[in-house]
Amino acid sequence: MQLYDMPDARGHFGQFGGTFVAETLVEALEELRVMYEKYRHDPEFLAEYAYDLKHFVGRPSPIYHAKRLSDQIGGAQIYLKREDLNHTGAHKINNTIGQALLAKRMGKPRVIAETGAGQHGVATATIAARLGLECVVYMGSEDVKRQAPNVFRMKLLGATVVPVESGSKTLKDALNEAMRDWVTNVHNTFYIIGTVAGPHPYPMMVRDFQAVIGVEAKEQMLEMAGRQPDAVVACVGGGSNAMGIFYPYIDVPNVRLIGVEAAGHGIETGMHAAPLTANSPVGVLHGNRTYLMQDADGQIIETHSISAGLDYPGVGPEHAWLKDIKRAEYVAITDDEAMAAFHNLCRTEGIIPALESSHALAYGQKLAKTMDKDQIVLVNLSGRGDKDINTVAKLANITL
Amino acid sequence: MSRIQTTFATLKQQGKTALIPYITAGDPHPKHTVNLMHTLVKNGADMIELGVPFSDPMADGPVIQRASERALVHKVGLTAVLDMVKEFRQTNQTTPIILMGYANPIEAIGATVFADRAKAADVDGVITVDYPPEECGDFVKELRARNIDPVFLLSPTTEPKRVELIVNQASGFVYYVSLKGVTGAANLDIVEVSARVASIREQTKLPVGVGFGIRDAATAKATAAIADAVVVGSRMVQEIEASNDDNLLGNVAALMQELKAAVDAA
Repeated sequence: MQLYDMPDARGHFGQFGGTFVAETLVEALEELRVMYEKYRHDPEFLAEYAYDLKHFVGRPSPIYHAKRLSDQIGGAQIYLKREDLNHTGAHKINNTIGQALLAKRMGKPRVIAETGAGQHGVATATIAARLGLECVVYMGSEDVKRQAPNVFRMKLLGATVVPVESGSKTLKDALNEAMRDWVTNVHNTFYIIGTVAGPHPYPMMVRDFQAVIGVEAKEQMLEMAGRQPDAVVACVGGGSNAMGIFYPYIDVPNVRLIGVEAAGHGIETGMHAAPLTANSPVGVLHGNRTYLMQDADGQIIETHSISAGLDYPGVGPEHAWLKDIKRAEYVAITDDEAMAAFHNLCRTEGIIPALESSHALAYGQKLAKTMDKDQIVLVNLSGRGDKDINTVAKLANITL
Repeated sequence: MSRIQTTFATLKQQGKTALIPYITAGDPHPKHTVNLMHTLVKNGADMIELGVPFSDPMADGPVIQRASERALVHKVGLTAVLDMVKEFRQTNQTTPIILMGYANPIEAIGATVFADRAKAADVDGVITVDYPPEECGDFVKELRARNIDPVFLLSPTTEPKRVELIVNQASGFVYYVSLKGVTGAANLDIVEVSARVASIREQTKLPVGVGFGIRDAATAKATAAIADAVVVGSRMVQEIEASNDDNLLGNVAALMQELKAAVDAA
């Protein structure tokens, strides 16, 4: 059997991925590519990374058998990979530690990041504080308003938060602005991208740093259940938590990999953030070729999701590839379905999930219902929902 | 010979440097664009760089971002831009038009369809900011097959080996971006630019245009002394932004005359 070996040397996953950037960024990406190649298998680098994951993040994150939820659904057994228990409350920190350690080795005293909901911004500010790096986080001005607690967290951690006023004032515009900063300050600055998008080597590098999720899960499932799950379910915005848990499973036969996009108000309304499920056309944005929500003129259109972390018009190029080769399936869950799953997990298991992860939970429940009691669905619980309580309260017309 | 090549050849005979203003199509309103193009030519533009508005202009600074946003309010996309070029060509068949934009609007209709339509509109050159040579081989072929020049950017960080790769794909001219950063940033260091342009010339016979950071007569003159073309973008767009319907064409004409005099005096 030929093992999965992607991307190619220039970052292509079939027709997807690549390095679609202005000439001013090419040299910086080349430097990053060379340095990442140098360190990605370096024992000392990997040991430092592993040390931080264990002692700073608290890994391995457990796998938890959600028995009451499984009984309630009445189908397959639902297991949760508890990324919500990581330091800073989500999977994002796995990646920011990896990239920040690389920044240090490259002699860059300043790191920048883009953030939507603020989780990646907080995770970047956290590791920057820990390593003594200057940190600037770009965040759409709309998101700054919606996510005030995370903005304050970043400031407590010593980061500068720059509100972005251009375009739709959300995640994609924050990414544009971070790129502009990088192109101007590349001599002393490392750009920590938070998802498996962007130009090569980012999609590969972020996947590699997040793959710890799947690597652990494979061991833990054997220990706990004596076998691998029948399906692995994870939410997909840019797709970093999903790539992290999928990647080690790609070569494992008979494990279905299911990515869950945000259907927002419903795919048919056009108000969603589900380029794969909606069969959006292929295009180029943020340095890579992928499926993209756009109009007939090729302008990127605004997305909608109740969860800011899934509110992105594109998707990581490796997901586009996995969809095309049919190794992974992609589905979508509406705002309402995600909210129902959110409340259900709170009440049945005593876990408050992030709204992003609630999309994966909602589909995991749907799927489990169609399966036998001795089958297993593993859901990646990518983050905890503390950050979302304002959004949830607002929906219920409650002022906190 | 393409229109761009002819223009450079003629200017060289006259011992002159080309002045290439940039405007974003549809800014401040689509009704002005063709008039603005004619005004640019009347006041000294040897070629025009016409920006194709894009929702996510990653390589542009705030000035050109705002121009894109003003144009997008009126839904000015690639199709509308090509229509503007057609209209311009009704009374001007000599001034080269170079489209400057991002890859996605082209990807949306496909490289072949785009090249056909650009040819039909009589476009002369295309700069696609986020199509580095490694990623756009087929696109370059489609353009070349229709005698449209693919123009590429070179930056202060482009290594000599890459310069070679790029000049082998480019035709018409190459465009040296004289600053690190986005369009409209800081001031340019003319001594450094001069040294880089000289080294680029050792690797190609293509004319070398210089842009990014040229904001007044003095920088235009200094750049004209070392380059084959001077590109003025953000400064031009600033003038448009600061004008109203009544003084728009007059203000742009005055700025062009000032720049033209400076470039010719070099």
